[in-house]
Amino acid sequence: MAKSKPIVDTGIHFIDGNMACAEGAIAAGCRFVSGYPITPSTEVVEHMAKRFPEIGGMFIQMEDELAASICFQGAVWSGVKGMTVTSGPGFSLMMEHVGLAAALETPSVFVDVQRAGPSTGLPTAPAQQDMMQARWGSHGDYEIIALSPSSPQECFDYIVTCFNLSEKYRCPVFFMMDETVGHMHGKVKIPDASQIDVLERQNTTRPPGEYQPYKIYEGSVPEMVKVGMGHRIHITGLTHDEQGYPAMNADAQQTLVKRLCSKITDNVDDISIIKTENIDDSDVVVISYGITSRIAEYAVNTTREQGINAGTAQLVTIWPFNDRAMMEIASKTKNIIVAEMNLGQIVNEVRRAVGNAVPVHFLGNAGGRTISPELMIGKIREVTR
Amino acid sequence: MEKFNVFASRLIPKEDYVCSGHRACQGCAEALAMRLVHKVLGRNTIAASATGCMEIISSPYPETAWAIPWLHVAFENSASVGSGIEAGLKALMRKGKIPKRKINVIAYGGDGATVDIGLQWVSGAMERGHDMIYVCYDNEAYMNTGIQRSSSTPLHAATTTSPAGKAIGGQQTWKKNMTEIMVAHNIPYVATINPSYPFDFMRKVKKAAEIEGPAYLHAYSCCPTGWGSRPELGIQLGRLAVETGAFPLYEVEYGKYSVQEKVEDFRPLKDYVKLQRRFRHLTDDQIAASQERLIKEYKLLLKKEQMTREGD
Repeated sequence: MAKSKPIVDTGIHFIDGNMACAEGAIAAGCRFVSGYPITPSTEVVEHMAKRFPEIGGMFIQMEDELAASICFQGAVWSGVKGMTVTSGPGFSLMMEHVGLAAALETPSVFVDVQRAGPSTGLPTAPAQQDMMQARWGSHGDYEIIALSPSSPQECFDYIVTCFNLSEKYRCPVFFMMDETVGHMHGKVKIPDASQIDVLERQNTTRPPGEYQPYKIYEGSVPEMVKVGMGHRIHITGLTHDEQGYPAMNADAQQTLVKRLCSKITDNVDDISIIKTENIDDSDVVVISYGITSRIAEYAVNTTREQGINAGTAQLVTIWPFNDRAMMEIASKTKNIIVAEMNLGQIVNEVRRAVGNAVPVHFLGNAGGRTISPELMIGKIREVTR
Repeated sequence: MEKFNVFASRLIPKEDYVCSGHRACQGCAEALAMRLVHKVLGRNTIAASATGCMEIISSPYPETAWAIPWLHVAFENSASVGSGIEAGLKALMRKGKIPKRKINVIAYGGDGATVDIGLQWVSGAMERGHDMIYVCYDNEAYMNTGIQRSSSTPLHAATTTSPAGKAIGGQQTWKKNMTEIMVAHNIPYVATINPSYPFDFMRKVKKAAEIEGPAYLHAYSCCPTGWGSRPELGIQLGRLAVETGAFPLYEVEYGKYSVQEKVEDFRPLKDYVKLQRRFRHLTDDQIAASQERLIKEYKLLLKKEQMTREGD
């Protein structure tokens, strides 16, 4: 019989993005996944179904995405780290529980391996069309965090970041993959467990009598607790006060919702990861995320060889949107191209952020295929002509 | 449908409304079941399809197999769309906008779309009493996305999300009894159907169409790809499923049970499971325990038949 894999499968692997995401989640301490099969994300949960029984984790296949997106939140309150995994149509069904996770401040990770929509769309083809849905999909005002990986290695690395951010800020954190990244095989280096930066759950140290679930003792994030350890726990999707009890009035609403938002918006610099290259004194910078960044890298390198002064900016963190970083890019270049596999989502954020500082051009498609390097090279040439 | 009352192979109409040229896997008994359903329902039929194998094998151009109006909606809601179609037609006929005639409204889905994500929607459609047929093509897992477990997957069966490994050996729960859930809705007609018994199959579909009000059919659908069985064994497996008690054939009409193809001496369940790779890790004890439970359930079914038939 083959020997069981260790918990953190240290070494060099040749695996796809979905599997890298699953391994990364395990390395980040995730021990509970509730999911539902949906192409092109299914390999993540299939891998969890195989791995978890050996390492003391638990995977439950739920009856639909509504259930999958809330089941793991129950597990989180019982003290484990958890996540759910889905794609387009399932993501739509999960939206109610995104809002709930934001309201209850449940550390929660949602993986969306994006496919082309709307509706059933193209289940086996890539897109980046759920970016605004991730931000605005549930009703009401709230803030979330979203990261987008561009390679199997980044699937591993940044799912760990997602878990750490969910623990630190206690909010829904989205991992916005796409079909290409999910199914693309590549070299993935899994470091030794001691080399992986993992933020464990910061449970309160206050005794039961003193602790209040939504009181801010320090910073802007309340202290987490495990249910059933003697603390009085009352959590509710109704607007609540510091004790967690429903407070059905406008003042409590202002206090709570403003804090839910400001705990994220006040910490953009801490949360945001943006990788830039050759942006100083450039003629054009291609801003992109996910698999499109890999194409941008190739297109920019090719045009640089041809004498065009081009640079790249990869948005690893999409939400909260880093307006200041966009202004900084605008101050260093003459043109911005935003490339994404949709008909214009993040480009409008960039335009809002930079105003009239530099022209912001758009290169996109309706999903179904990645943007070709030729198209991108053409766009770079056109803009810098 | 009106063309035949006696069931014999030479009297079955040649017309197909789920035509050849679709892209089902070799040996797919589910496609066969769907074809038989529509052979009976005929031309005056509107179908609402859930996402699933039967949608994806029969609809993309140029393998489109449908010769009747066909609506693919989303994964969970074919029963709701069927309800809408039925109610819409009824309203149009009542107002005299279209001529009054019998139009069969059928909604269907796989086991995932019926017993998991679609359960509340099927329940709603049946409870509201729409004059429609709902068919569940039960191949006992999510085959379209690559063989993941559903709550209709039998105990111990290996799927990609209930793998048979060292720690856990396949599916850990007993197959959800969707037929009985539908019986509990007190609808006019509920039946299990199996394409290995084509005449019984077609008789039940005909009855489901003729009866006024909602009808639910649960179709046994062998899936060689997902079950790891030889493609040519689909019909044989269907027979074995009945003979071992794994999938009893019965119908419930206005609350009255009647069991078809009654089994006196059960075939060993091993005959059925040994032909399927999904069960290859099973021990003799596990098989014996399953058979015992199946026989118990079968006996309960016979008791229900006896009880509901008293005074007939």
